[in-house]
Amino acid sequence: MNKDANFLPESTFKISNEDSICRCIAHEKPKAYSTTLGRVVLDKEEKCLTKRLNTKIVFITQEMQRQRRLRTTTAARIQKGLIRYLYIVIDLSRAAGEMDYKPSRMVVVARQVEAFIREFFDQNPLSQVGLVTLKDGVANSLTSLGGSPESHIKALMGKLTSSGDASLQNGLDLVQSLLNQVPSYGHREVLILYSALSTCDPGEIIETIQKCKASKIRCSVIGLSAELYICKYLCQETGGSYSVALDEFHLKELIFEHAPPPPAIAEFAVANLIKMGFPQRAAEGVISICSCHKEAKVGGGYTCPRCKARVCELPTECQICGLTLVSSPHLARSYHHLFPITPFDDVTPSATNNPNKLPKICFGCQLSLLNPGNMPAPCVSCPKCEQFFCLDCDIYIHESLHNCPGCESFRHSKLVVA
Amino acid sequence: MTPVSSKLYADDVSLLMVLIDTNPFFWNSAQSTLPFSKFLTHVLAFLNSILLLNKMNQVVVIAAGYNSCGYIFDSSDPQNQNKRAEDLLHKLEEFVDNDQEICREESVDGPGFSLLSGSLSMALCCILFFLFIALRCMDVQLNYANIFRGSFEQCHFILSHGYYAYMDLQMDLDSIYVAIMNSIFSAQRSMNPSVSMVIVLLADENQGQLQVPIDSCVLGAQHSAFLQQASYITGGVYLKPQIFDGLFQYLSTVFATDLHSRCFLQLPKPAGVDFRASCFCHKNTIDMGYICSVCLSIFCKHQKKCSTCGSVFGQAQTQNSSTTPDRKMKTPVDG
Repeated sequence: MNKDANFLPESTFKISNEDSICRCIAHEKPKAYSTTLGRVVLDKEEKCLTKRLNTKIVFITQEMQRQRRLRTTTAARIQKGLIRYLYIVIDLSRAAGEMDYKPSRMVVVARQVEAFIREFFDQNPLSQVGLVTLKDGVANSLTSLGGSPESHIKALMGKLTSSGDASLQNGLDLVQSLLNQVPSYGHREVLILYSALSTCDPGEIIETIQKCKASKIRCSVIGLSAELYICKYLCQETGGSYSVALDEFHLKELIFEHAPPPPAIAEFAVANLIKMGFPQRAAEGVISICSCHKEAKVGGGYTCPRCKARVCELPTECQICGLTLVSSPHLARSYHHLFPITPFDDVTPSATNNPNKLPKICFGCQLSLLNPGNMPAPCVSCPKCEQFFCLDCDIYIHESLHNCPGCESFRHSKLVVA
Repeated sequence: MTPVSSKLYADDVSLLMVLIDTNPFFWNSAQSTLPFSKFLTHVLAFLNSILLLNKMNQVVVIAAGYNSCGYIFDSSDPQNQNKRAEDLLHKLEEFVDNDQEICREESVDGPGFSLLSGSLSMALCCILFFLFIALRCMDVQLNYANIFRGSFEQCHFILSHGYYAYMDLQMDLDSIYVAIMNSIFSAQRSMNPSVSMVIVLLADENQGQLQVPIDSCVLGAQHSAFLQQASYITGGVYLKPQIFDGLFQYLSTVFATDLHSRCFLQLPKPAGVDFRASCFCHKNTIDMGYICSVCLSIFCKHQKKCSTCGSVFGQAQTQNSSTTPDRKMKTPVDG
């Protein structure tokens, strides 16, 4: 067995499913995909090597993640567009049937879009999403703007077939006419997932791009094949981002980058007061007719405060009086975008003058921060409360928790604990 | 070596994080009819019963004080297996003394609030830590390796669940609302480590959907809106016991159930969870209000300018503008 932990012959692993492909072995892309659903089988000798590899993989991924996050986030309180109206344009042309992504590009894209829609509504509960497909040279609206993830996902997974050419201009025209009906306080965005290498347009696409720019729509493109000049131009003009995916993991990362709200350009959306209702949950055992399904239901719904109609789930718009109904946790989900936590600083052992001040345990999870032999392991510290955290806690805190345990655990957060 | 089916272990094993509120202003006040020492005897018996239910159960106790939060007890710590109760009480006493020393205020109006958000955040980090041990099988730097390594060779995946019980005693405050809600949402989401890390070798179909239900046991005079919401959103149980002498019975019948059994047990359901918001200007609970589209602040009456972010409203008077709230609007708010 080769001693270098960065190289392992492919026969060592049977990869259990596509999502657990090891991607980060230094600079290599995985050369072959294995879709066998066999379980991972290891014997004793391989376990030592894989344990070492595991450590290294873990460390490399942590570092990559931190670097990526530091690049993309800042501690400053930038105004973000919290009420977003996003159209996802999916290319279902001939090129989407290519099999370089297993099983085919459009299946992979559909899977990622499903996961993205769930994540999107998790981070932006007051926003709405619509789906548009490009097929046979025309653009069709698959679903209209709505706030419920299930209806979009069901429509998407319905029938995926690819044929014909992709027409970027038709897609943009359709989206622009649909987004013009959206209220002015909302941020208008388009995410195009483009597989084709060309676009088959009826007219002058530059004019369409200028129209989108005038309607204040922010267009972003994720390419699956290669970089196209027209997509780059579109993104530059409208202020969006353009990237090309290298493989399935990378595609997932790129799509998920669009889940958190982008920095808002102030002229794009007019600030407005939106009237919303906060319904109470009905008691168990109450029978009423639900306005979304038009049938009698027992207990467990919400009552619109204005017209007292019953709705099944939130957030939604009351079918009878048109009032937007939300609950306070939905608003609270977006607060962490407005109050981001400061990125943690790296702690280098040489920088600490006093050897007694070396961190011993991670404040969040009590993991020991000392390698055997009293060598300090990599760790980070919060600039406000000066507590030390291990790298796992750092990633978790910044990606999911959005609260620094150190700052929250001390009433007077400037306190330095001896 | 054929892998043992992880279902054999995954459903009964639990990791329980117990958050104890040690706010002295509450425990000494007239509102509390249960002395702290009696409360601790109930809790200790409860912890023992959890550890007895299954050999692989783990318990971690975190105290939320008035000025600080800290770890009190960790059952996976290999030291002092025989004197756990003494250790726990000793550490708790140290914690409370410490908490008092770092208090900077001379006197406090009313009970004051404990640091719930801090203790929840620490507990979530700890759960993630246990989850990572279970998945990574690393034995180099960790204290807990010896306990888990043996088990890993036999089954691929142990810890699949974690949950909390929290003893809360006092009023809620808006100022910590954001922090608590962040912790609650993080507990609700599936803690999927393969999103943030590439775990190759022990990928198992059970891994990945780890939800952390937050159970609450409230011992104060009033209901706690934060904990009701927390339990409802994360799928936990909210309970306000009526008779404190029987606290151990409440704990062991309601909170000691592992997550798999909850599918077929009839546990107390919430009578009604109040999801209404309070307006930022008067702090009244409202059921219809106006939301600023920039910063999502809630107002009960129409205003020209947002007091939180300073944006001026409705410069372009569209038909959706809320200057005429009483007229029935034909245009829907959303497209």
